[in-house]
Amino acid sequence: MDAARLEAILSRYEGEPYDLIPVLQEIQDNYGYLPKDEVKEVARRLNVPLTQIYSVATFYKMFTLVPKGRHQIKVCLGTTCHLKGGLRLVDSLSSRLGVEVGYTSKDGQFSLETVGCLGSCAQAPVMMVDDRYFARVTVDKVPKILKLYQS
Amino acid sequence: MPKFESVDHLNEYRRQLRARRDPSQPQVLVCAGPGCLPLGSEEVAAAFRAQLEERGLGAQVALKASGCHGLCARGVRVLLRPQEIAYQKVTPDDVPEIVETTLVGGGVVERLLHEEPETHEICRHKGDIPFYRSQQAIVLRKLDVIDPESLDDYLALGGYRSLRKIFFEMTPDEVIEAVERSGLRGRGGGGFPTGRKWRICRDTGDPVKFVICNGDEGDPGAFMDRAVMEGDPHAVIEGMIIGAYAVGARRGYIYVRHEYPLAVKRLQLAIQQAREAGFLGRNILRSGFDFDIQISQGSGAFVCGEETALIASIEGHIGEPMPRPPYPAVSGLFGQPTIINNVETWANVPEIINMGPEWFAAIGTEGSKGTKIFSLVGAVHHSGLVEVPMGTTLRQIVFDIGGGIPGGKAFKAVQTGGPSGGCIPAEFLDLPVDYDSLQQVGSIMGSGGLIVMDETSCMVDVARYFIGFLYEESCGKCTPCREGLKQLKKIYEDITHGRGEEKHLTLMEDLCAVMASASICGLGQSAVNPVLSTLKYFRHEYEAHIRDKKCPALVCRPLLKYTIDPETCTGCLACVRECPVGAISGVKKEAQEIDQELCIKCGLCFEVCQFDAVRRE
Repeated sequence: MDAARLEAILSRYEGEPYDLIPVLQEIQDNYGYLPKDEVKEVARRLNVPLTQIYSVATFYKMFTLVPKGRHQIKVCLGTTCHLKGGLRLVDSLSSRLGVEVGYTSKDGQFSLETVGCLGSCAQAPVMMVDDRYFARVTVDKVPKILKLYQS
Repeated sequence: MPKFESVDHLNEYRRQLRARRDPSQPQVLVCAGPGCLPLGSEEVAAAFRAQLEERGLGAQVALKASGCHGLCARGVRVLLRPQEIAYQKVTPDDVPEIVETTLVGGGVVERLLHEEPETHEICRHKGDIPFYRSQQAIVLRKLDVIDPESLDDYLALGGYRSLRKIFFEMTPDEVIEAVERSGLRGRGGGGFPTGRKWRICRDTGDPVKFVICNGDEGDPGAFMDRAVMEGDPHAVIEGMIIGAYAVGARRGYIYVRHEYPLAVKRLQLAIQQAREAGFLGRNILRSGFDFDIQISQGSGAFVCGEETALIASIEGHIGEPMPRPPYPAVSGLFGQPTIINNVETWANVPEIINMGPEWFAAIGTEGSKGTKIFSLVGAVHHSGLVEVPMGTTLRQIVFDIGGGIPGGKAFKAVQTGGPSGGCIPAEFLDLPVDYDSLQQVGSIMGSGGLIVMDETSCMVDVARYFIGFLYEESCGKCTPCREGLKQLKKIYEDITHGRGEEKHLTLMEDLCAVMASASICGLGQSAVNPVLSTLKYFRHEYEAHIRDKKCPALVCRPLLKYTIDPETCTGCLACVRECPVGAISGVKKEAQEIDQELCIKCGLCFEVCQFDAVRRE
């Protein structure tokens, strides 16, 4: 465990139980997942039982207990994207990358997720790779988008 | 930016700020709202910056990345002021021509102007476009004219002027009375009278109270709160200061979904600016009132839009709702009296104080005052954000503002209120939309998602979609919601897989009756709306799935059959490459065939075929 890295996060908080979620959010953003040793240390420092952290970490969708891929693909399945074929995008990505929704490709390059709504409904179907949005994505655009990230 | 010590200081600064600003200065406002960002608005803004620099116009022209301009379907949108010329579908390649023709030459680039779909009327100015003409903007009025990162822009348009009135001319009780008289009701879904909620909280007399802004906009299909938080963050903060003063709270929270990173960034910046300017902190404008706000980020749970679940989440717990009463206004965050209002509600408050409650109450219907923002999306020409007086009819919204249904298709339904709402059929198109009328037809206002569906949407599939969504998002605490959704989901799977039976329909109605009356929170109670509204208005579609094992709209996958027309197929192999299960075989430049045993009916072949050779029935 990199103690200094975790300390940089914990030092910004008062160390109260209600700091739990923001602390976990920072660890998730910083590490890409919630590593076991770090989580144990958080439990000790915030005086929160490990079971409660497990409950929080598995309840909220942004947390994962396993590392994610280098690039995160999020396909929007909000109502408008659903109506305009968002599910076909998922099928196409899943088959091209050989990865199921919620998992990471074997080479560790891509994680594939679906999300409730990205709030860009007028451009449905929408997907995101890392922080970049892709608007009005049809199945034939998928290979071009993936190429941008395949090294 | 100075730290304002008094109202006089603020007024003097505002006067000088306005005097410095030349109203005839050319302004280029590039929309950076939720619709235009994915279309590349940052690249368009960068192209303008480069062009203006190159031509030495950098100092004369004010270039701004603004909030949402509303008409997302025609993005990237650029507004040129003071002429109010509205350009649409702008790409970086169009920028040199705009600079040359409009900014330098004073002319208009005709090809970038709005054209009405039916009448082919060309609209030069923003105000000429029918989409904008029928709207009345209160909350959205500043979004396309200010830089959301500039406090000066907000102040120049009268920002924070309500503080003088509340601190020095009104008692907290008078503020509450004004909000009560305005008739403002919660814009997040429930429609509870805002002033009454504030009074309940104030009357507790507890010295420690909180105010919360609910920015956990989770309804799929709704993005108005995102647009307001990103485009006019100070309006939310100003509203919260007013509410905090009225109920006597010292601390506020803005709860934002982490899926909205730009909203988080803009709010953080706005809070910091407000602190530096003295609108947040101790003894605000020498009023003796202390108040500060912090941001709490959601972690991805739809149920946290429910107020008691949201409170649990801020406290560091999983988002499980609590039975009410006690209501948060009496016992909320950390057990203290807490006001929770949503983003749009807070953003309405400063104008109610500035313009007076009578002005606000004169807009809208008997029971629903003011305006409502809708995110108009789906099968409609002009998808985007619209703000109209309460009581505007669905027909006006979908056809006059939205421009009707594209592709000559027939209107089927409009879905309002997100997963807790219902599907409203064509017979109610002339319904004046307000909280009560929507409830009467089996839907709800919700946060204002308005999804238009045409004949290509299957209403069984739409209901199945919402039940699937809610099943995933149910926190699992209470049995009616957890088990009810599980059973409903299973029944929908049966129906859409051709295993449906007549008795399923009554079983669904029975399940819904239990869920509506026995679930702890709104998620389970209103989860029945998509089911009951589609059963009521589109029962024939259910019957087609059950009796004929057919999906009339050709949506439900297991009931479809894909074949390739050998006459039309060119043998280009695009479908062969796309098929995820290798079900299509054949020789290049010859007709292909789909192996029905292997086919999973995903429809990828149908979508990629350039020659319409794939048949779906």
